[in-house]
Parts: sequence; C-alpha cells; structure tokens
Amino acid sequence: MNLVTEITILVLAVFVGFEVISKVPTTLHTPLMSQTNAIHGIVLLGGLIVVGYSNDFLGELIGFIAIVFGTINIVGGFMVTDRMLEMFGPKKKKPASVEAASDSATDSTEAGS
Amino acid sequence: MSTVYAALAPDSSLVAILYIVSFSLFIIGIKQGTPPTSARRGNMIAAVGMAIAVITTLCQKGIGNWGIIIGGILVGTIIGAVASKRVKMTEMPQMVALYNGLGGGAIALIAWSEYREWIHQANEIKDLSNAAFGPVGSEIVAAHASISVSLEVLIPTLLAMVIGSISFWGSNVAFGKLQELIPSQPLSLPGQKIINGLLLAVLIAGCVYLGFNNDIGDLNQPVFILMLVVAALLGLGVVLPIGGADMPVVISLLNAFTGLSAAAAGIALDNTALIVAGTLVGSSGTILTLEMATAMNRSVANILFAGFGSPATGGGGDQEQRPYRSLNAQDAAIALAYADSVVIVPGYGLAVAQAQHTVKEMADELEKKGVSVNYAIHPVAGRMPGHMNVLLAEADVPYDQLKEMDEINPELPQTDVCVVIGANDVTNPAAKTDESSPIYGMPIIEVDEAQQVLVLKRSMSAGFAGIDNDLFYNEKTAMVFGDAKQTVQDIVTELGNL
Repeated sequence: MNLVTEITILVLAVFVGFEVISKVPTTLHTPLMSQTNAIHGIVLLGGLIVVGYSNDFLGELIGFIAIVFGTINIVGGFMVTDRMLEMFGPKKKKPASVEAASDSATDSTEAGS
Repeated sequence: MSTVYAALAPDSSLVAILYIVSFSLFIIGIKQGTPPTSARRGNMIAAVGMAIAVITTLCQKGIGNWGIIIGGILVGTIIGAVASKRVKMTEMPQMVALYNGLGGGAIALIAWSEYREWIHQANEIKDLSNAAFGPVGSEIVAAHASISVSLEVLIPTLLAMVIGSISFWGSNVAFGKLQELIPSQPLSLPGQKIINGLLLAVLIAGCVYLGFNNDIGDLNQPVFILMLVVAALLGLGVVLPIGGADMPVVISLLNAFTGLSAAAAGIALDNTALIVAGTLVGSSGTILTLEMATAMNRSVANILFAGFGSPATGGGGDQEQRPYRSLNAQDAAIALAYADSVVIVPGYGLAVAQAQHTVKEMADELEKKGVSVNYAIHPVAGRMPGHMNVLLAEADVPYDQLKEMDEINPELPQTDVCVVIGANDVTNPAAKTDESSPIYGMPIIEVDEAQQVLVLKRSMSAGFAGIDNDLFYNEKTAMVFGDAKQTVQDIVTELGNL
C-alpha cells in the first residue's frame, strides 16, 4: 500500500474518531478510556508479525515481551472495561434522563431476547 | 529493501477485508457507548473485532515462531485476566496507566525488531555479494548499487519507537505515582526544563541522523538503542515533575500518545487495522486531554511544563492560623437529617478511603428521611476522566443523581447542605476571587453558595496543590475531621438513631 493511501486512511480515521468519541457521555469516560486502551493493544499484531522473522535470541526475546505486553493490554483492557460497564448496565435502577424512553425500550428488547 | 515488508503485508484481499471488518467493529463498539446501558455490548463487539484481527494475522503467510507466539499469548492472557479480576474500582486510574504503558512498550519493541531485521537483511546481502564477488568485488558492488530502507517505513518506525518509549516510561511513572510506589508530589531535578529540552534536541538530532543514514550499510543499531534510552529519559523527565492532581490530563495524553505510535507502527507495517485502531485511540485521548485541560482552565503545555503544585508557587504567604469551626459526626448527622436537599461533592479522598458504598448508605438513610440527595461531579475530580462516576456506579448510585458541574452550580444556592468528601481544590472559592491563586480561573463546584457546607477531611492540611482553601474558613463551613469512610459510617449510625 502506498504512503498516500495510508495517510488518507489515517486522516479519515481522525474525523471518524472525533465524531464517535465526542458523543460518549462524561459518565463513561473511564470505561471509554480503558476500552480504547484495549483497542490499542492491537499492536499485538505487530508483535506477531515481527516475531516471525526474528532470528536470534535477542530478537525472539524482544518479540516475546512485545507479545506478552500486547496480550495483557488486550485481555486485561477488555475484561476490566467489561467489569466497569457491568455496573452501568441495565439492572435495578432505570436511567432517568432524557433518553429514558429510548433506553427502556432497549432494555425491554434485551430482556425479551 | 521494503520487499521484506511487502511479503509480510496483507497479501490477499481476504486479509485486507478481515482487517476492515475488525476496525469497523471497533468503531461500532465505541459508538455503542452512547446510551450507557448498551456500552457493555459495545465493549463485546470491539473485543470480537480484536479477536478477528488477531486470528487473521496468525493465519497470514510468514508468521512463524509458534512457540514464542503461543507462550507469549498464554502468559499475557493469564496476567491480564488475573490483574483485571483483582483490581479494585478505586485503583482503576493506575490500572489504565499500566495497560497504556504496556501498549507503548510493545510498540517501541516492535519498532526495534523491525530495525534489527533491516540490519539482518543488510548482513545477508553483504554475505551473498561477498560469496559472489569476493570482498573487493562486493565493495565495488555496494558502492554502485546503493540499497536503502525506504523512508516511508523508516520514518514511521522511528516515530513509533520514540512515542512508544515515551509513553511506556511516562505511563509507568504515572502508575507508580497513583499506586504510591513513588511520591505523588512533583519530583524534578534543578533545571529540569532545560534537561528536557536538551533530551528533546538530542532525540530529534538522533532520529534525523538515523533517517539520513537509511542506506542499508549505514544502519546504526547503537544509535537506535541510544534513542530508545533518550526517549525513555524524556518520558521520565516530563511525567515525574507532574503532581497527582494533574494525572487526569497526563493519563489522557499518554493514551493519545500510545494510539498515535500504534498508528505509526501501522504505517510502517502496512497494516490498516493498526492504523485505524491507533488513530481512534489517538482521537479519544486527544479529546479527553483537551476536556480535562479546559476543566482546569489551563493549557496542556502549562500542565506539562509549569510544574503546577510545586511549593514555589506563591499564595502561601500568611502562615497565621485562621479560625475555623468543626463538628462531630452526631451534629453533622443532625444538620443533614433536617435539610431538604443535600449535595455530595466527592473527590479523590473518597477513592482513597474506599468510601463509595458507605456514602451510598448515607444517601439511602437521608432519602428515607425525605431529603433529596444529588452528587456534584467535577470533571477533574479523582485521578482520571470519569473516575468518580465509576466509583459511584459501583455503589449503585442512580445516574440521574450524578450531576455535572454546569448542571449543579445554579442549584447550589438553594441547597441546604453540601457535603464535601475528599475533594479540595475543585471547591476552592479562590479560583473565582483570588487572582494571585495558582488555580485562579479554574471552574469550580460553587459549594460556598450553599446554605451550609460540611467538609470531611483528615486534618486542616492544604490540598494536593499546596493551596490553602478559603472554603474551610468560611462561616458557613464546618469541618468534620477523620477518615472519610469512618466519618460517613458514624454519620450513618447517628442518622439511624435520630
């Protein structure tokens, strides 16, 4: 892929990112941060790729550490986000905000499924 | 010599399409956070996207060294799973800082691996041409056929290395401060700013040097490693002098950094999933950083470089004891029980004391007595964006009672009692009135507007920023001394006796 294509993708992703993330409510900023944290664990892919062509002990060690770090980042990040969001999930109390109506609609469909 | 990377790049449309699926799932996953109730499903969706990306990569041609891959994933999964099950909600900021650092560290290591691979390729070529043309002949060949690493991959690799390393060490310092492994006070050497400036200059010079020496024979691993170290020192030098109260900004910023370095690594490795995911994280970190800085009425540069909270900042001139009022738990309970409306203002002290459940009990007791209870959340209360919301959600506080600063401030003059628990600077009226105060201009929760204020605090010592809080000496204010959790527990008991 050429550099210009990649920069195009990057710039478009910046706009999508700003658009999507600025809509996340303040209440969820901590889970948002830990979720995006888990998402950047995607560098694990880089670790998987480079370890394939490492050819000495140091190279393998570097690759191994990178894979361990990346995996902790992904697994830990998603699990801890899930723990947090579980607390925000629909359970006893209904969220009584402007979105109450649409939320309770979602809740009932979820309960039905 | 970018052919090596061409061979490892997604070599089929299928791989490319699977990456598109996976980054689309990340975007959908984040979007699901908009009504908080569907956020959990959103997180699952993003996790599925991640699984697709990882499996796709594992199936690609050129992936080898399975022992290391399986071993690494196994070790990482166990550590990640155990750590995220064990961590307490109050410790979430340091957990996020730590994970963030690991991501940055992985990126720096990947960049190093790539550089090492180029050198390995260079040596192979040298050996081959030695074998073909003999030592003298191969030198002539080398002089005529200059083979170089394309700048299109070298520059992003250097960026990934530098930002990744800064992020790793910076995040680890943030983790250490939050976990109180190192003092959370600002730590700096004399002339730290000059040292940081020099480090940055060396870093830029070194990277430019590496960039210009992209001929395959000129690749210089010692310089590369030196740059890794200089970037590490810069990360330490920038974050160590920042105090705990500014951590929400620092964590957000480091999050943005790791995202950007992931995007750079994506460009170097020709991997779209990495580019998009990294950029998304970069945007999210940037948005949060700017929001936090706005909430403190300071620029990001000011937070990073001004050494806020260093004792040198003026304001602490008058050392004389000023009179204040204090109450015991019983009197505090009476004041609360006879109020119509109570607003609780939580801060980092609440997290430290793990008092969130007890506070909820107190609120329940008060509601039983017909008192309306709300919570006023300052955007930078706690140590990361949204920290207080997570703690109170853990204690089952309904969302509609969590009010943002702008929403609650107009209601405070009609509020009978404000209870400040472990918050300090975000309630300091000096931010509105005293132009000489270091926090002047920061939007605050205007608790001094309420009819009566109860401040739960250990002692009269100044807040984290070292700034005395006028609120404590206000005639409406009563101090209730002691550990926040114990005090609230006592109030709950007293409320039950009333």
